[in-house]
Amino acid sequence: MAVDLPSANSALWQPNRKRSKRVQFIVKSIFALFAIVSIATTAGIVLTLIYETIAFFGEVSIIDYLTDTKWTPLFQSQKFGIIVLISATFLTSGIAIIVALPLGLLSAICLSEYASPEVRKVLKPILEILAGVPSVVYGYFALLFVTPLLQSLFAWFATFPVIGLAVPELEGFNALSAGIVLGIMITPLVASLSEDAIYSVPQSLRDGSYALGATKRETVTRVVLPAALSGIVSSVILAISRAIGETMTVTLAAGQNPRLGLNPFVPVMTMTAFIVQVSLGDTPAGSLAYKTIYAVGMTLFLLTLVLNLFSFWFVRRFREKYE
Amino acid sequence: MTTPDSQTFNKDQSTQEQYFTPNLSGRYKWDTVFASFTWLAVGLSVVILAVLLISVVWDGFPRLASDFWGFLTNFPSRKPEQAGLLSALVGTVWVMITVAIFAFPIGVGAGVYLEEFATDNWFTKLIEVNINNLAGVPSIIYGLLGLQLFVRFLEPMTGGRSILSGALTLALLILPIIIVGTREALRAVPDSIRQAGFALGATRWQVIWDQVFPIAIPGILTGTILALSRAIGETAPLITIGALTFISFLPENLQSQFTVLPIQIYNWVSRPQAGFHTNAAAGIIILMVVLLAMNGLAIFLRNKFQKRG
Repeated sequence: MAVDLPSANSALWQPNRKRSKRVQFIVKSIFALFAIVSIATTAGIVLTLIYETIAFFGEVSIIDYLTDTKWTPLFQSQKFGIIVLISATFLTSGIAIIVALPLGLLSAICLSEYASPEVRKVLKPILEILAGVPSVVYGYFALLFVTPLLQSLFAWFATFPVIGLAVPELEGFNALSAGIVLGIMITPLVASLSEDAIYSVPQSLRDGSYALGATKRETVTRVVLPAALSGIVSSVILAISRAIGETMTVTLAAGQNPRLGLNPFVPVMTMTAFIVQVSLGDTPAGSLAYKTIYAVGMTLFLLTLVLNLFSFWFVRRFREKYE
Repeated sequence: MTTPDSQTFNKDQSTQEQYFTPNLSGRYKWDTVFASFTWLAVGLSVVILAVLLISVVWDGFPRLASDFWGFLTNFPSRKPEQAGLLSALVGTVWVMITVAIFAFPIGVGAGVYLEEFATDNWFTKLIEVNINNLAGVPSIIYGLLGLQLFVRFLEPMTGGRSILSGALTLALLILPIIIVGTREALRAVPDSIRQAGFALGATRWQVIWDQVFPIAIPGILTGTILALSRAIGETAPLITIGALTFISFLPENLQSQFTVLPIQIYNWVSRPQAGFHTNAAAGIIILMVVLLAMNGLAIFLRNKFQKRG
């Protein structure tokens, strides 16, 4: 009986290598096409941006675009000084990184050097949740929680006898609270990428430092951090790039006033906020306003691309390799 | 010339030695200060998350408690007490299902190709570098692509500012995340399983389908769910392609105009009346519950997956 079974099976077994190989070829070709979708996406982004940007510069001189100090594309007297939007973007991103750098880096040090594995297991998901909160929620938080909080704080400071005179008034839309909340948003990014860099510094370096009599703080600040510096710097650059491209928080909390300057207490308009403002209105395709959002998009794309590439290059160029 | 130099050098050294004190207690004090600062930073992140959630629940819960069902089943309205989430909820469901239909097979297929089929040549490298770069492109730029490509260029097919255009835009946005997640899941499958399959005469695709997929699928699903939970909160690209902010009908097909939860929330936050801010908070509670449920599912799958591996 038991001997019969294999022979019965082998009668049924008809290897059809040709068919299997044909199926495999078809599957492989389809999947290769799917992989090419990602290249097509990049090509699509670059081509659309270039196409509409060229059309834009057919109507607006590139010198005006780069040197004008007013941004009024939707008014009668149109001015296209991109520097106005860029200054606002840099202002909010700058405030964001002032918040995120200490917060993120210290968190990374804590998670990789001080926290026990059990505590780490609890803290990392919390940071992940913070990273997963949608940006429109941060916009709500900035506009309706942080701004009123800062306003009452400013008002309280203003009651002080001498310094009170120097305290400015904080408007309902301002770059300060948008930037602070943007900083909270990118803190998990700085923390998790820096932690990876700090974590990958070999234990032998720490042991060597302890053997020379250094304390834990001295080991962390003078041995571990310098060894992980390339990873930390690149994480910060990536975070800045993320902050520059962020949209909803700055649109909701920083306002819609294109204004040149770095005053964080008044409404400003970032590049992304402008794109949203135009998109919410009804802009017919082919109009100058329509082309303008592509020109602004191109500027934004180039800025973030340069930062991202610089960050990748920095890691590769300055990474300390330990074996 | 050299002698006095070396003499002073020696003298310096001796003075240093004389004055060298380990000062351990002082250094340990700074150690404690430093350690407390790192804990403070982590604690602050936790507190901020708590404040964020509590402030949202504090503002929005009364709205949900007074009229939960009405809030979910009413169309938007000029009166905040009568405004509801219906069109946004239905729109989000439509968009997310469409996104999944496009992004899942394409993302997993591309991931399988790169991890299992592709040889290590310039083309594969190009795709890899490209995927890394795509992950860093701001989401609003994808909106500009979608506006040009899906809304304008492919209008006869997509119907313009429609669910299909929005879903395709979001699908492109999350594709890199799914591809990377798929590759990680495939890499976690031990090579011995593949080799056993080849030894029995199976083709590469048969090995992938019959042996590798059953082990890798929880990991692939985890990555996909996380990618979809990113898409569900995305606002900027959909505003750019022209999703409406005020919509009082339900979509009938993929070519209908639409709105989604985060856009409805954005609309309510940006209005001056306090009543709409309450609605926005209530909407955020709903959005966060959906997100937490998706993340919980992903973590559940990941834990199950890790135990088996």
